[in-house]
Amino acid sequence: MGSPYNGEFLMDLDWFPFWLSLRVAAISTMLSTAVGLWLAYLLANRSFRGKETLDAAITLPLVLPPTVLGYYLLVVIGRESWFGRAWEALLGGPLVFTWEAAVLAAILHSAPLLIKSARAALESVDHDYERAARTLGASEWRLFWQVTLPLARRSILAAVALAFARSLGDFGVTIMVAGNIPGRTQTVAVAIYDAVESGNGQLARALVLAVSILALFILWLANRLQPKQVAR
Amino acid sequence: MIQARIKKHFPQARGSAPFVLDVEFNAESGVTVLFGPSGAGKTLTLDAIAGFLRPDNGRILLDDMLLFDGASGICLNPQSRHCGYVFQNYALFPHMNLRENLAFAAERLPRLERHRKVQEMIARFRLDEVASRAPHELSGGQRQRGSIARALLAAPRLLLLDEPARGLDAPLRAGLYDVIREVRAGFQVPIVLVTHDLEECFALGDVMHVLNEGRIVQSGTPESIVERPTSLEVARLLGLYDLFEAEIRTLDPGTNSSYLRFGDFDLKASYLPGKFKGDRVWIYVLPERVRAVPRNGHRPASNQIPATVERIIERPHAIRLEFSNGLRADVARESFSGWAGTREWLIEYPPSELRAL
Repeated sequence: MGSPYNGEFLMDLDWFPFWLSLRVAAISTMLSTAVGLWLAYLLANRSFRGKETLDAAITLPLVLPPTVLGYYLLVVIGRESWFGRAWEALLGGPLVFTWEAAVLAAILHSAPLLIKSARAALESVDHDYERAARTLGASEWRLFWQVTLPLARRSILAAVALAFARSLGDFGVTIMVAGNIPGRTQTVAVAIYDAVESGNGQLARALVLAVSILALFILWLANRLQPKQVAR
Repeated sequence: MIQARIKKHFPQARGSAPFVLDVEFNAESGVTVLFGPSGAGKTLTLDAIAGFLRPDNGRILLDDMLLFDGASGICLNPQSRHCGYVFQNYALFPHMNLRENLAFAAERLPRLERHRKVQEMIARFRLDEVASRAPHELSGGQRQRGSIARALLAAPRLLLLDEPARGLDAPLRAGLYDVIREVRAGFQVPIVLVTHDLEECFALGDVMHVLNEGRIVQSGTPESIVERPTSLEVARLLGLYDLFEAEIRTLDPGTNSSYLRFGDFDLKASYLPGKFKGDRVWIYVLPERVRAVPRNGHRPASNQIPATVERIIERPHAIRLEFSNGLRADVARESFSGWAGTREWLIEYPPSELRAL
């Protein structure tokens, strides 16, 4: 048909990086949410020594160059580290240069944003509801799951959606700890770089378009989720 | 019964002066009112009892349960204090309907009993028809009753109400007072209520504590406090009286009389116990117990002071005249209609109404 953008062409393209990125983003978002909610709860509700230091440490990945983060992550999960050795002993292979390492990279990239937004969401819940729940005898655990979290639900879902979008896009950390192994660790961001470098413009354009559309959809979703007004 | 002694120092912060909360009071069955202007420390006191604010020092004892003790460092969390708290905005959980809100407070009970108790409370507070509605679909009165019912379902030993009538119109306010009286009569739970509305103190209060700047400045029944404020501070806080300074000319316990010099005038009053001849004292008098008549060129008779009217204020039961010398007097509506144009008046003080602080 002449045009390179017909259906056959799309079928022939290597969509593996796209699906890998989706998988990495999904798993990293789940893990970030679990850990991030807990940290956000601590930051929003507890006062403890080193709280501001913890907050700064959580924010750090947002401002550091990705290569610095990648370096740190290599130090922590590399084959010489105790974590890397424990992983290797348990699972039979090194953690670095696997898609699991890409998950860690994505977490590092997206969790700070999630924690910051989730903390703001938890703090924005009218404290009178939480105080009322306490005077009614509710434990802190019950209070969190039955009052605070449901009231902050929409903002937190929006934060999770943003974290998912952000973890789709990591490049620097991923390439340092997971490398660029086509068919194994090559995520979409890395694949686009690779395609451009090797002059495969069609592949680059297709992936860029796919990622952009997906990201746009997620942002639209996040905006829809963001509560317009707080119900009283 | 609650015995509270609460001390807390709030250091100077940006935009606020340092503040010391230092209150001590007991509240037995019935309604105890904490009355005072905003910033007096009323809500802080409630928060300290409920466990939202840790005092520096003091002791809070609810029946036989020590909620807080500065000396031994005991400070129970709000969950274990058994203090119901009704918030100004009612704080009904917006993501649950009314029935779920009530059930939340009865979580400790086994399922069937919880259901029964919730149903009982819904019926008792006339909420049957709206039990499945969300809080924002309820009327103001229903929200009030709902939040009080929810607090009671947790079986509190003390019920704290933070300015429950603030921002309510007159019918809702009357409805709320009825509900609180019902609770007072029907549940064995002492109530501590915070307000800055003196009428509310009279409508509900068995005992009233007047708070100002973090301290309790007078305690007693609302009637006794209004009859006999013990200090200029309290008299000013109540905002009911005309206050003026006078000098005691004579005191005669035999005839139960005294003479006061106020400006160029002599006023006869009852005997003022505990004062001496020559003392300068603050006299307080309720404007509604003062008579005013048009002067019509007459010389002031005994206990009358001439005055020029400055403002005329329509009030529900009378016309209030405010005079250029700062004094006030109420005139019955029917007599005032014939005197409407009068500017010069004579204010007449019944001797028994002139009282000294």
